[in-house]
Amino acid sequence: MTLADFAHRGAASSYAFLDASAKRELRRKMLKAVCVPGCQMPYASREVPIARGWGTGGLQVSLTLVTPKTSVKVIDQGADDSVNAASIRRFIARVAGCPVTTDTCTADLIQSRHRIPEEILRPDQILVLQVPNPEPLRPVQPNMSVARQMHADADYGRMWLQLYEEIVRSGRVMQGSAYPSLVNGRHVMTPSPIPRWDVPKLHMARHLTILCAGREKRIHAVPPFTRVEPLVFDDIPYRVEEHANLTCAKSRARGFFMNELPQADGSAIHEISDSGYGEKSIRLRDGETDVRGQTWYRDGRMT
Amino acid sequence: MVPRRADDLMTLALDPPRLVETRPLVEVQALSLRYGEVQALRDVSLNVMPGEVLGVVGESGSGKSTLLRLLNLEETPDTGTYGLDLAGLPDNLFSLDRYARRMLCATRIGIVYQNPHLGLLMRHSSSGNVAERLLVAGERRFATLRAAARSALEASEFPLERFDAPPAELSGGMQQRVQLAKAIALEPALLLLDEPTTGLDVSVQALVLDTLKQLQAARAITMVLVSHDLGVIRTMADRVVVMRGGRIVETGLADQVFQDPQHPYTQQLVHAKL
Repeated sequence: MTLADFAHRGAASSYAFLDASAKRELRRKMLKAVCVPGCQMPYASREVPIARGWGTGGLQVSLTLVTPKTSVKVIDQGADDSVNAASIRRFIARVAGCPVTTDTCTADLIQSRHRIPEEILRPDQILVLQVPNPEPLRPVQPNMSVARQMHADADYGRMWLQLYEEIVRSGRVMQGSAYPSLVNGRHVMTPSPIPRWDVPKLHMARHLTILCAGREKRIHAVPPFTRVEPLVFDDIPYRVEEHANLTCAKSRARGFFMNELPQADGSAIHEISDSGYGEKSIRLRDGETDVRGQTWYRDGRMT
Repeated sequence: MVPRRADDLMTLALDPPRLVETRPLVEVQALSLRYGEVQALRDVSLNVMPGEVLGVVGESGSGKSTLLRLLNLEETPDTGTYGLDLAGLPDNLFSLDRYARRMLCATRIGIVYQNPHLGLLMRHSSSGNVAERLLVAGERRFATLRAAARSALEASEFPLERFDAPPAELSGGMQQRVQLAKAIALEPALLLLDEPTTGLDVSVQALVLDTLKQLQAARAITMVLVSHDLGVIRTMADRVVVMRGGRIVETGLADQVFQDPQHPYTQQLVHAKL
């Protein structure tokens, strides 16, 4: 067998921008990450035509998983129409020839920056989260060699201490996003910088979540039906953002995570963060039949 | 090493039953450790009885701090064994893996360093420094952490109005008290003190020593106290080990060693002090 034969055999996988060996590397590391939930797996991150820190990790995972039949949705902070989301979506569609969508329910693969859609994902859907900093121990241990040892020993006392200090200083935990969470009772992970509102959506979820940091070259995963428990003291419960009573100014949807839009008169209005779900809510208000899927939250409470 | 068996036996017969009736809590056999070309410890063996305060004296570089680091399982010797007479532990603690060592040190061994920067997180609150020890041991109730931190800081005579002040804003004496509170928070079986009063002025030294003595009296904690200050050792220790060049050159009851030193080096030390 010649070298050319090897190259020929990989041709079918050399598709959607990444070559076969890059995809093999990512597949192997994704499998490892799924086998050890929450554990960061190093991988050989490739160059993709967007800047490091703009979703290169998520894009590599998406390009590895995508097939010509995969329906892809890309969101950025909940919005389908941001420049970053639109550019990545267009790029994936162009290099993979796959269909794209803004509907969470019809998507097979959802690449997201910092949000989990409001509608419950099915077991056959995959959520890919872009992660800027995958190491939860970095704020308490800048030496990454030591941090890895701490993960190996499940030595998370310093993380708990950080929470203790926040409560002592401010009366509550101040961590707004990327709330450290214990996965499968073993590894603490930073669940991307998703808001606290979204962390309970990962707990025992039916879908697979893959979190990938291209710049930091780390993949971790939350397989279906895996425990994801935010670090909280037994006597101080975990609290999500108080958005339950807010109403979306556009769609009139209520009880979901909202974006705050400051107004010229000093007041603020709110708009639902998940733009796809907001759009469906507007269509429903305008008399269309209900096209909305089931949501994790109902009336601002986790179901 | 100069044996002092006859003297030791006579004193033991007169005094504390705890010294003769129980098995040693700490049993160290033939510890040796080399750092490159430097033989830091040579064949060091010693026992510490439950509730006893063992003083370790010697000049700089004699191996005192190395011995303490080994007792705190921060290092592994080239040869030798170290046992703690506690349920569920192996005969030689150096056979434990890193995780088991960490958990053992977090729960059963407390240490106070000479330099508070080694033992404390300077930007965290004092109570947080104490709470960290309980967090590592698995305590997850905030109210319990606060109560335990308060109790430990109170026991080390730390002013409670500064309960949540970071150690960086405290005096040296206060920092040592926070270290002490952290070390005793889980009521350790063994407390290691590495020059706890060095660098403090005399009045603060006296206060810290007084606190240590009160703690020892109240809780009968077994202590190994390393110091080059013979006055501190004389005040605190029941028994003394004199080290030089990584070896133990003399050991005996504190009063005997100070009143009637046998080894020329100990004589030199004692007379230099006097």
